[in-house]
Amino acid sequence: MRLKDGLIVRNARWILCVLLFLAIWGSRADAQNTPLISGGVGFLTTTNGGVTALQPVISPVAAVPLGEHLLVESRAYISDFIAPKNGNSGPYQGDFFAGLQYLQLDYLATPKVTLTVGDFLTPFATYNERLTPIWISKLQDAPLIYPIGNQQGSSIGVMLRGNAYSAPHVRLNYTGYFSVSSSVKQFTGERASGGRFSMYLPDKRLEIGASYSRLLQGQQGNSAGVDVWWEPYRVPLAIRSEYAHGPHSQGYWVEAGYRLSQWSGPDSWLGRLEPVFRMQQTFRDSPGQDQLPAVNTQRADFGLDYYLPHEVRVNTSYSRQFASTGNTNIWETTVTYRFLFPAWKGRSK
Amino acid sequence: MKRSMVKDLVLMTSVISSTLVLAQTSPAPKPAGTAAKPASKAASVKQEDVGQRKFDANCGRCHSFPQQLSPSITGTVVRHMRVRANLSAEDEKDILRFLAP
Repeated sequence: MRLKDGLIVRNARWILCVLLFLAIWGSRADAQNTPLISGGVGFLTTTNGGVTALQPVISPVAAVPLGEHLLVESRAYISDFIAPKNGNSGPYQGDFFAGLQYLQLDYLATPKVTLTVGDFLTPFATYNERLTPIWISKLQDAPLIYPIGNQQGSSIGVMLRGNAYSAPHVRLNYTGYFSVSSSVKQFTGERASGGRFSMYLPDKRLEIGASYSRLLQGQQGNSAGVDVWWEPYRVPLAIRSEYAHGPHSQGYWVEAGYRLSQWSGPDSWLGRLEPVFRMQQTFRDSPGQDQLPAVNTQRADFGLDYYLPHEVRVNTSYSRQFASTGNTNIWETTVTYRFLFPAWKGRSK
Repeated sequence: MKRSMVKDLVLMTSVISSTLVLAQTSPAPKPAGTAAKPASKAASVKQEDVGQRKFDANCGRCHSFPQQLSPSITGTVVRHMRVRANLSAEDEKDILRFLAP
C-alpha cells in the first residue's frame, strides 16, 4: 500500500467496505470475543559501516472473530525509513512505507484442523511466523537466512494447519500450504507449496521442526530447513536456532537469550535485563538472486534488552559482520511499546 | 576466516554453558507478569494450573503475559493464539479458563 503509487486511493473503498462489514459483525460478539487491536510501536536506529538510519514504525494487528469458528486477522507495517539521500552522505531523506504483512481468514474446522485462506505469513521455519513482530524479536535485524523458503514473507493461497497429536508429554504439529502467483502490488505472491512439521515436548519446552518449500514458478527450486528451540522451565533461558538450505545458498543462526530475573525477581532493575547473543553464517553455493549475502558471511550479534514497565522495551546491539567483501560494525537500538486493547467496548456478560 | 569461525563457535558455546551453570544454582522464577492465582475452589485452581501450564508451554515461549488484558478480548486473544501456535480446541479452552477464570 505505498501511498506514492496511489494504491490507497484505489483500494480505499474496498478496504473501508471490509472494515465496515467486520465492525458490524464484530459488534455482535459475545462477552469475551470482542475484536482487538494489538501490536507494537517502535523507533529503530541503525548505524551500519558508519552510516546511521532512523525508522519510526507502527505495526498494528487486528483480530476479528466471526461466530464460533471464524477469525479474520491482519497485520500492517507503517514506517518511515530516514537515511542519507546519497546512501552514505548528504542530507537525510524519508522513505514512507505502509503495507499489509498478512490478511487472512481462519476457519477452525475441527478441534485439530484450521483452514486458512488469504495472504498469510509463509510457514517456513520459525522466525517468520513467531518472531517478526517488533515487540517480540530480541534483536532488531532478521537472520541472514530469513529469505530462504519464505517467499517474500507472505503467501497468497490456502493453508491447513493444526495439532496432529497431543499428549501430556508430546505434541505433533503440522502446517501445509499452496500459494498462487500474484502481481497485485498490495498482495504480491509466488506460486509455491510447502509446509512444516514439528515435535514439541512441553515438559522440556523443547521443539524440533522441519520445513520444506518448493517454488513452482520461474527457476523452480527446493528449500528445506530444520529448527530447534529449547526454553527450559527452570531457567529464564531461550535458545533458538534454524538451519536452512536454499537453491543457491545455505546457512544457520543460533540465538541465546538469558533474562537475569533469577536475581531479585523479574521486576527488579537487574531482573529486567536480558543479554542476547546470536551467531549466524551463510554459505554461497552458486550465484543467484536469493537476497542472501553474495559471498560467505559470518556475523555475531551481541544484544542487551531491557524490559521497562508498561510493556516498553529497549534493545541495543552490536554486530560484527565478516565477509570477503569487507568487515563491518553494526550498532542498533530499538525502543518498542506493545499494545493490546479491544477495538471497541464489548458486550457485558 | 576458518580460525575466526572456530573462535566464534567457542565463544558461543562458553556463553551458553556458563549461563546454564549460573542459572541452575537458583530456583525457577515465575514468568514475568504472570497473573496471581485467585483463592477459589481446589478444582478451579487445578484447572487454572493446567491453563497456566499450557500458556507457559505455548504462548509464553515467544512473549510474556500481557500486563493489561481486558476480559472482553480474552476469547479473541486465545483464538488468535490457537491459529498461530497450532493449539488444539482443548488447549484453547484451558488457556481461556486461565486468562478469564
